[in-house]
Amino acid sequence: MKKLLDHGILIAGVLFLLTPLYLLFVSSTHEVDTLIRDGLQWLPGSQGLAAYEKALNQSLGFSGEATGWRMLFNSLVMGLGFAIGKIIVSMAAAYAIVYFRLPLASFFFWAIFTTLLLPLEVRIIPSYAVVSDLGLLNSYTGLILPLIASATATFYFRQFYKTVPDELLEAALLDNTGPVRFFIDILVPLSRTMMAAIFIIMFVVGWNQYLWPLIMTTEESYTTIVMGLKNILSTVRDSHIPPYDVAFAMIILAMLPPVLVVIIFQKWFVKGLVESEK
Amino acid sequence: MTAQKQKLPHGITPYLFILPQLVIIAVFFFWPAAQAVHMSFMLEDPWGLASQFVGFENYALLFSDSSYGRSFIFTLVFSFLVSLISLALALLLAVKANSVLRAQKSYRVLLTWVYAVAPAVAGLGAYFIFNRQIGVLSQAFNDMGWAFNPETDPFDASFMLILVAVWKQVPVNFIFFLAGLQSIPKSLQEAAQIDCQSDSKRFFTITFPLLAPTSFFLLVINLTYAFFETFGLIDTLTQGRPAGATTTLVYKVYQDGFLGADLGSSSAQSVILMILVLVLTAIQFRFIERRVHY
Repeated sequence: MKKLLDHGILIAGVLFLLTPLYLLFVSSTHEVDTLIRDGLQWLPGSQGLAAYEKALNQSLGFSGEATGWRMLFNSLVMGLGFAIGKIIVSMAAAYAIVYFRLPLASFFFWAIFTTLLLPLEVRIIPSYAVVSDLGLLNSYTGLILPLIASATATFYFRQFYKTVPDELLEAALLDNTGPVRFFIDILVPLSRTMMAAIFIIMFVVGWNQYLWPLIMTTEESYTTIVMGLKNILSTVRDSHIPPYDVAFAMIILAMLPPVLVVIIFQKWFVKGLVESEK
Repeated sequence: MTAQKQKLPHGITPYLFILPQLVIIAVFFFWPAAQAVHMSFMLEDPWGLASQFVGFENYALLFSDSSYGRSFIFTLVFSFLVSLISLALALLLAVKANSVLRAQKSYRVLLTWVYAVAPAVAGLGAYFIFNRQIGVLSQAFNDMGWAFNPETDPFDASFMLILVAVWKQVPVNFIFFLAGLQSIPKSLQEAAQIDCQSDSKRFFTITFPLLAPTSFFLLVINLTYAFFETFGLIDTLTQGRPAGATTTLVYKVYQDGFLGADLGSSSAQSVILMILVLVLTAIQFRFIERRVHY
């Protein structure tokens, strides 16, 4: 009896999370007329995945460049670029902090540490000015680099390096292995699981960026799918016959890749999340 | 303290390793942050051609501005409600997921995947579900006799925003609570099982105190989330409507700075937010020190 109640609560939780997206997905397979007349639908409709084809191939902006495929591609670049860039930059920085006796070590440490305190949202306008002065508006570099300026991953790798046994370093010193070799041949392979875990988290974070791409891209060819939703919103608001089906398809398309990544790499994802937030 | 790691002899190598990170944070973090502080003391003329030093005037104007005060209060209430509700729900689910034997893994996946949905995506989805023309929820509320209208009613809009923010935040809390529960030693759990028959009593006298560090840490994470990461949610769902009733502090920075082009005021707001985050972090730090003891 008690077990039944436990399962009941868990199933209620699952339904709470799942129902809204089920509803949107199922509705995306209906004709626009049906949606306008009868509202959101609970059962699959007759259109199959036609709305997805439209969302992927049709131009969704003004210039014809921002198709769903293009936006997905931009988001992919952003997610991958952010995750990989962040891992490389932070692994290297953490290595310098943990393995060397630098005269300015504690200054560096605090400088990097401070970035944890202030999210991009609170310095968004001056950040925009800097990127604009550097001529990086409407570029992948401009999309990715400013986001890397927070040090979450650096701290994560710093903690991890500290748990690496000292004997490895002693052996390397006896062998006359240089610091670069030690990093590439020993430390990087040892960090593989950590890198995978951090990669999953950072990919999702990068893919899901909204405010930053919104303010710094004005050319439609750089629209990411998450910020592209804003255009969809205004299209739906302004049109006589709102293209609800395409809008729903876009929502599903925007969330599908990160959701799949999280489900497929569940174990690494949980590890990355729990470790990196510590 | 952890033992000092043995250090490598070095020349210029470590500087090359740390350089990329330092350059990035200098250009994209310290410089903009300093700019924000600087601009908060300046007043730009309407054409943006010249600016003059005005001291704390931007701050003084903010504190006498009733819309800023309202936004402040809304942000606090919103953040606490979102944090408390999503923590409570997640804790309940985590305790149950930890105790059932069947389908534990499926529950775990099904209760965590929403983490990957961007706030902006959640907001747009909710916009349709709460939509008065096609949405099922506003329909259901109407049938229950609640004339639900988030476009004009501040309570309805806030209710909607909190519900969606909670939806988005439950999975993260669930993951941390479950990890916390699973790190409680088996022997301790068994001893508790023998000593204390009542489920709820066992939870409140043994499990919950053991989870207290996790909960406190999560509270800080959640407040930060509600402060900053709900931007996408608000921008797609309410845009601060009706009449600024759902404008959080972060959303106001964006509205005043980008849409209103009032750089001085927007920068002063940024600086106030920085101070708020510093306070939150200081609290978190004190707690982390305690946790090491524990």
